[in-house]
Amino acid sequence: MNRYLRRRIINYFNMGVSVLTTLFGLLWLVWLLWTLLAKGLAGIDWQVFTTITPPPGSSGGLANAIVGSLILTGAGVLIGTPIGILAGTYLNEFGRRSRVAPVIRFVNDILLSAPSIIIGVFVYEVVVRTMGHFSGFAGTLALALIVIPVVVRTTEDMLRLVPDSLREAAAALGAPQHRVITSVVYRAARAGILTGVMLALARISGETAPLLFTALNNQFWSTSLNQPMANLPVVIFQFAMSPYDDWQQLAWAGALLITFSILVLNIVARSLLRVRRPGQG
Amino acid sequence: MPRETLSAATIVQDMRRQHWLDGLFRGLTRLSALLVFLIVAGILASLVAGAWPALKKFGLGFLVHTDWNPVTGQFGGLVSIYGTLVSSLIALVIAVPVSFGIAIFITQLAPPWLKRPVGTAIELLAAIPSIIYGMWGLFVFAPLFADHVQPWLTEHLADWPLLGPLVDGPPMGIGMFTAGFILAIMILPFISAVMRDVFEVVPAALKESTYALGATTWEVIWNVILPYTRIGVVGGIMLGLGRALGETMAVTFVIGNAHEISASLFMPGNTISSTLANEFTEAVGETYLSSLIYLGLVLFLITFIVLALARLLLLRLAAQEGTRS
Repeated sequence: MNRYLRRRIINYFNMGVSVLTTLFGLLWLVWLLWTLLAKGLAGIDWQVFTTITPPPGSSGGLANAIVGSLILTGAGVLIGTPIGILAGTYLNEFGRRSRVAPVIRFVNDILLSAPSIIIGVFVYEVVVRTMGHFSGFAGTLALALIVIPVVVRTTEDMLRLVPDSLREAAAALGAPQHRVITSVVYRAARAGILTGVMLALARISGETAPLLFTALNNQFWSTSLNQPMANLPVVIFQFAMSPYDDWQQLAWAGALLITFSILVLNIVARSLLRVRRPGQG
Repeated sequence: MPRETLSAATIVQDMRRQHWLDGLFRGLTRLSALLVFLIVAGILASLVAGAWPALKKFGLGFLVHTDWNPVTGQFGGLVSIYGTLVSSLIALVIAVPVSFGIAIFITQLAPPWLKRPVGTAIELLAAIPSIIYGMWGLFVFAPLFADHVQPWLTEHLADWPLLGPLVDGPPMGIGMFTAGFILAIMILPFISAVMRDVFEVVPAALKESTYALGATTWEVIWNVILPYTRIGVVGGIMLGLGRALGETMAVTFVIGNAHEISASLFMPGNTISSTLANEFTEAVGETYLSSLIYLGLVLFLITFIVLALARLLLLRLAAQEGTRS
């Protein structure tokens, strides 16, 4: 009886600890979001969206950084997505029996988990050094390199879920292979592929490290990809580390904007996938 | 061309065109796949090329020297490498048990309606950008930690034989431990997601027969689920480790950025990635810049090895799945 009681006590204790660790994990999410709301909301007004980043000690907004971030992430996704989808298509549709596909898959995993700062160093070496100056183009390239492996991975996973009977049925109707893939397989996997692209967009929206050495920052309006370009993450980094109250307040406002856009992107992407695959965890 | 004029010739022509398009499409996908390969090869090549002057000058001795002096041009990477490894180790020590608890809660304890919201909330921790963790860590967490936790720890653990020196030092809030702690929160979602996935694949019959023998939930977890999934669990831990090693912005904010190795975890230090973030754009001179790129190369190789090990373990798990079921 004594031993039975001991086992039960151990069980309850460990299950209690399990509940506590979950609360511990959730605590940080709530705390982080609460901090952002508490410190960031105060700084959000129309000025943030209409005026450009101020010199130290005066007030201003984040308009140039917001536009710069939209351009950089938009262009990064536009470059990275087609390459990612095509490479993912190769892995699942053409490379199934080849010996190259597992190698590409492994290499893609390396790229996926390569520290983003290393991507920044790479683009600095290849683009910034050759061109002789920092540029929005270099930043775009760095972000595209982060998009590619994410899209390759999700595209391959989503195409794998499309049953072969669909491909065979289309082929039996006489459709050539590229039509089978573009009109049937892509359509069946559309929501999943889109989810991958949105997750990639969410991931690069907050990336700071690769932009430090590539797009750098720009205190003024510039939409030229050939010039250094302002962007939210780097502005947040510089302003947060500064001793000026105005700048710090803007950094928190920017942090709030970025985080909530990313959370919305994530939640929309997830719900998109759920609609398509009912019953899946 | 109207449909009714389809002759053998136009059909052949059309089939040729489709065949050509097939080849084009296949070629495009193959080119893109090749591009992924070339990018990674290019990263490795450019890192080696960029680090070459430092590689030639310092050789492998770079890895064991602590000097980092832009004035005299003497560079060694040990301080940053040490910081990277120690902060990641702290992160693992905290994140692994917590992830295990979360995975147990979500897969074994939570009622079905609670599984999805809790799982999603934990995964959202991974979506928050690392710079946000950094700001929060520096402006919110560190002051609280310095005021309330650090003095207590230093006072109560100071006389312990092994722990004492680790918690010595002024309560600054920032430092190696804070960096490791925030890294732990950041890699939590990655480790617990893998643990959840592998816990879900344990056959119900195995769990049920153990319950039928009278085992408690904990005994089922510890004696059945964990042994069954241990390779996957280790693989998940390695994936989390890979994340922690390369994390940049959060660490840059809170580690203190000092070029020294301290016995105490409460003292400031730096990591490979924080050194790069702080000094890369300001590095003057070939030796300085190439030494930084050398550090980047070391980081790339470390994360590569960790990832390769993780992949290998998860692959072995996948191979076993075929034989067991």
